[in-house]
Amino acid sequence: MLDKNGIARTIARELKDGYYVNLGIGIPTLVANFIPEGMEVQLQSENGLLGMGPFPWEGSEDPDLINAGKQTITTLPGSSFFDSAMSFGMIRSGKVDLTVLGAMEVAQNGDIANWKIPGKMVKGMGGAMDLVASARNIVVAMQHVNKAGESKLLPRCTLPITGLACVRKVVTELGVFGFEQEGFVLLERAPGVSCDYIRDKTWGHLSSTGYELEIQWI
Amino acid sequence: MNKIYADADAAVADIRDGATLMLGGFGLCGIPEHCIAALVRKGVRDLTCISNNAGVDDFGIGLMLKGRQVRKMISSYVGENAEFERQLLSGELEVELIPQGTLASRCMAAGYGMPAIYTPAGVGTEVAEGKECREFGGKTYLLEMAFDADFALVKAWKADRMGNLVFKATARNFNPLMAMAGKITVAEVEELVEPGELDPNTIHVPGIYVQRLVVGTHFEKRIEQRTVRTPLP
Repeated sequence: MLDKNGIARTIARELKDGYYVNLGIGIPTLVANFIPEGMEVQLQSENGLLGMGPFPWEGSEDPDLINAGKQTITTLPGSSFFDSAMSFGMIRSGKVDLTVLGAMEVAQNGDIANWKIPGKMVKGMGGAMDLVASARNIVVAMQHVNKAGESKLLPRCTLPITGLACVRKVVTELGVFGFEQEGFVLLERAPGVSCDYIRDKTWGHLSSTGYELEIQWI
Repeated sequence: MNKIYADADAAVADIRDGATLMLGGFGLCGIPEHCIAALVRKGVRDLTCISNNAGVDDFGIGLMLKGRQVRKMISSYVGENAEFERQLLSGELEVELIPQGTLASRCMAAGYGMPAIYTPAGVGTEVAEGKECREFGGKTYLLEMAFDADFALVKAWKADRMGNLVFKATARNFNPLMAMAGKITVAEVEELVEPGELDPNTIHVPGIYVQRLVVGTHFEKRIEQRTVRTPLP
């Protein structure tokens, strides 16, 4: 089984030199720690920064310089600032090469729900609806089951939808999942996890050959 | 041409009950904190506030919520505010949640004199309910109207007395868009310089969009999530 860093490391294999990447809050943020040495990737923060750097050293925090999670951050050589319309302009016009975000539910047709639990949590969608409506390459990083033990990979989303048929890949602690006509397809297994176990935890339709390789990082 | 007001209280003195306001900022970054404080002192009520977030319990728009001055919030994310959540669940506060890019584009449309925009964000979701959909090139888009706000309250880094504005780092966010969109725009700034001191090449918002300027004396600039790098052991 993968831990959070394992999920992030698995997703980092999607990165390519020259990519512009938007990382959501939570596990997606950790992907930044696994950008291979020598690869140039610019991180987009939708509050208005391209070329996001690491957290600042203590004492050099700048309240005017934060990321989309409202955390203090830094810039890097080659960074740029812009307003929120331009930020979503680059997202809508498909300039961002890879978007990684969390989800509460993903459906077998690629629908995603991650912004609202009726009657319980109403925090809002932030930039998630814009991202999932426009980005070409959306990877979801999430836990496979929720706190109640219910699968988050479902035939259909039960929570209010964030975007339709937009997710291209899902990475959980159990494996890597793609999409085909009938539903989810198991691409790789997490180390030490059986296909039967994954099938049991996946309530949406799952195709697998039963011989999927374990996730390799190199 | 004199756009400079003595203080934030003077700059917001004619904001009446029931007004629609735009407030710049993302989280607590780049919010017009002096204008908000002045609105709290003034006690104006029944406001409709267009702002990406709603502050925290004891800072930013949260202070106006505490005083029950806000009738309706139009925001994209309101997660960090317990009083907000209470008023929302009890029905005291009306809230319209919209995608962040849609919020930005509806400001932009107003500032560019366009009545509406089409965006793919929210298609097939609750956000699309009751809105006109139209297909372009085989993809569906929602019609979203430009905002119509009486006042825009924004925060800039530097200004000259002509009202030309420069923003700093990610405190720019919604501020230039809202500055362009307000019928009356109040910009509170950290530093006021003489005309000519700002390089015309680097001005983010030309002064034509800014009617009122206030020089803030002390900005708190509260940090919502202070995160630092931990040295390797």
